[in-house]
Amino acid sequence: MLDDKITSHTFWEGVWENNPVFVMLLGMCPVLAVTNSTINALAMGLATLFVLLSSSLLVSLIRNWIPKQTRIAVFIIIIATFVTVVDYVIQAISLDLYNALGAFIQLIVANCMILGRAEAYASKVPPAKALINALGMGLGFTIALLCLGSVREILGSGTLLGFDLFGENYQQWIVMILPPGGFFVLGGWLLLFEWLRERKEQQEATSE
Amino acid sequence: MTDTQTTGQPLEKPSSLRMIVSLTLVSVLSGMAVVMVYLYTRPIIDENKRLAIEAAVLTVIPDSAGFVPFELEDNTLRPATDSPGKGQLFYAGYDQQGQLIGLAAPANAQGYADKVYIIYGYRFDCECITGVKVIKHAETPGLGDKVITDKDFVANFDALDARVAADGSALRNRIVTVKHGTKSNPWEVDAISGATITSRAIGRALDIGAGLLLPQVMKFRQQLEDHQP
Repeated sequence: MLDDKITSHTFWEGVWENNPVFVMLLGMCPVLAVTNSTINALAMGLATLFVLLSSSLLVSLIRNWIPKQTRIAVFIIIIATFVTVVDYVIQAISLDLYNALGAFIQLIVANCMILGRAEAYASKVPPAKALINALGMGLGFTIALLCLGSVREILGSGTLLGFDLFGENYQQWIVMILPPGGFFVLGGWLLLFEWLRERKEQQEATSE
Repeated sequence: MTDTQTTGQPLEKPSSLRMIVSLTLVSVLSGMAVVMVYLYTRPIIDENKRLAIEAAVLTVIPDSAGFVPFELEDNTLRPATDSPGKGQLFYAGYDQQGQLIGLAAPANAQGYADKVYIIYGYRFDCECITGVKVIKHAETPGLGDKVITDKDFVANFDALDARVAADGSALRNRIVTVKHGTKSNPWEVDAISGATITSRAIGRALDIGAGLLLPQVMKFRQQLEDHQP
C-alpha cells in the first residue's frame, strides 16, 4: 500500500528497481524512435522529465478534488498542456533541435509512462512524494534513453554527441540508427540488466 | 479500483455537475496556460525563424554580404513587405560593393513524411544553383535527414546547372534526381541511397521552384541590379 512517507526508495525506484524503460517497458515509442543520436535522446529525456515532474505535481495537488470518473480526462488535459508548453519552449530555444525531434515532442502526450505515473502514483500520494518519485522516474527514463542513444550513435554514425570517434575510414553500421537498430540495442540492454539482476539474486541466495 | 480497495466501500457517484465543472475548469485553465506560453514564446520563435532564414540566405549565395527580399506576382516585381501576398518570395543577394550576384528563394516538395521546405541559392554568373539549405522537414531521423549532412549529396549543389532556355520560358534542362552513382549531367542530382524519397523531394522542389522563378526573374534583372541593399 502507498503511504505518505518519503524514503530513498521513493526516488531510486524509478532509476533502478522499476526503471520505466528497462523494467516496466513503458513509453517504448520515443525510446525506440528518437534514440538514434545522443543529443536527441537527451533532449527527449529532459522534455519527458519536465512533463512528468509538472504533471505529477499538479495531479497530486488536485488529487482530492477531481471526481474519480473524470480523472483520466483531467490527467490527459494536464499532460497535454505541459507538452504544448514544452513544444513552444523547445522551438524558442533551438529550431534545429525542434526539427531534429520531429513529431515526437507532441507524442509525449501519448507516453503511457506519464499517464501511468499520474494514475498509479501521483494521484495517491502528497505532492512532495509525487515530485520526488517523478524525478526518479524521469531520470531513469532519461538515463535509459541515453544508454540507447549513445550506443546507437557510436555504432551507427561513428560519433558521440557529434564528435567523430573513429576517423574517416569507419564503416558506419547504418542499421543501428534505423528502427531495427533500436530493437537490437534495447534487446542488448535488457539482456545485460536481466543478467545483472539475476546474478545479484543468486549471490543473495547463496550468501543466506 | 482503488476506492473500494482503500476504503472498503463502494464508489460513491458524484453529481454530473461536479464532473462537468471540474472538467471545464481544468480545460479553461489549460487553455489559458497554453495561450500565455504561446504569446510569450511567439516573438522568440518568429525571431528564430527570421534568423534561420537570414543565415540560410547568406549561406546558399556564397560571397553575398546582404540581401533584399522581393516578391514576384502577376509579372510585377516589388520589394516584399511584412505581410507577404500570394506571389513568389525571393531574396536578391548583393556583394560588398552592392553588385547583384545571385538570389535565394524558398521552395518545397512532398518528402517521405511531410513536405520538405528548402531555401536554394542561385548565382547569375554561373547560372547555377549554389546551395540548398533545408529549413523544415519531418523526415526520418538518421535516414531522410541525411540530405542535410551527407557531404556527397550536399556537393550536388556546389554548381547545379540551372540555365534558362533561350526562349526564356523554362529551364533549359529540368532538374532531375537520379539513382545514387549515376549522375552524368550537371543538372542531375545524385540521390543518397537509403534516402531516395527525400533526395527526390529536394530535386523536385528545385525543379518546380527554380523552374518557375528563374525564367521570370531574368526579365527583371536590370531592376534588381539597380536596387541597392
